[in-house]
Amino acid sequence: MVYLTRKAEFAASHYYHNPDFTPEQNRATFGKCNNPNGHGHNYTLEVTVKGKVDPQSGFVVDLKQLKDIMHQEVLDSMDHRFLNKEVPEFLDQIPTTENLAIAIWQRLAPKLKAAQLHRVRVYETPDLFVDFYGEAA
Amino acid sequence: MKAHLTRRYLFSSSHRLHSDAMPDDWNRETYGKCNNPYGHGHNYQLEVTVSGAVDPATGMVCNLVDLDGFVHAEILERFGHLNLNTLPEFNDLVPTTENLCIRIYERLQRGFGYAHLEKVRIEETMMNSFVYAGGKELRD
Repeated sequence: MVYLTRKAEFAASHYYHNPDFTPEQNRATFGKCNNPNGHGHNYTLEVTVKGKVDPQSGFVVDLKQLKDIMHQEVLDSMDHRFLNKEVPEFLDQIPTTENLAIAIWQRLAPKLKAAQLHRVRVYETPDLFVDFYGEAA
Repeated sequence: MKAHLTRRYLFSSSHRLHSDAMPDDWNRETYGKCNNPYGHGHNYQLEVTVSGAVDPATGMVCNLVDLDGFVHAEILERFGHLNLNTLPEFNDLVPTTENLCIRIYERLQRGFGYAHLEKVRIEETMMNSFVYAGGKELRD
């Protein structure tokens, strides 16, 4: 089994707000991230797939194919967007980095054929990142 | 859904690698420059990884304010800008970065209750890093 990681970057804005909370609860829980006009990050996405090395090609996965899937499923709809308003998953879910990693996993997993998705890592800043391994709990 | 969250922190400390239980020439041979009697310092990059179910109400594994607050008060204040050899944690333990990982992991494990502690990773310099996961095997 070999693990392969591909990186991509995208820039997006978001804010944290739970409509079931009072304004005070929202401010207390989310602090500055509750500003309704949003704020932005340069996100770095790392997608790790695992699989056997194909003896014919020497590849775990066709890198071009992985790049295209990441672009179609993630970058085309999230790059330079306001996540809360423009990405369907976040119309009724808070776009924390945790939920972003889960949403990206759910977009990518069904599209990968030969290789299996192992980990989605999303850096919100160089000092903060989330890993999702597809675990329900 | 279970996610893993990692936060990076920076602290600077000095240390000297020396075992009182062993003769001086053993110490010099084993620790080399790190055995210099007056010690030396590093900018340590600390990574703390916690895990848990993502709370549907907040979208979070745990609130970063709680994690930052704990790490600042209990780890950075305690281990930063001092000589590690002077701390009770290293009374009878050489303050290698391996042992520093273990001591920081223990302190987080005892005191931080908002999420499950997965691992502590420390970069001593750009060229070396250490990970302690409470004795568990690492997954990546």
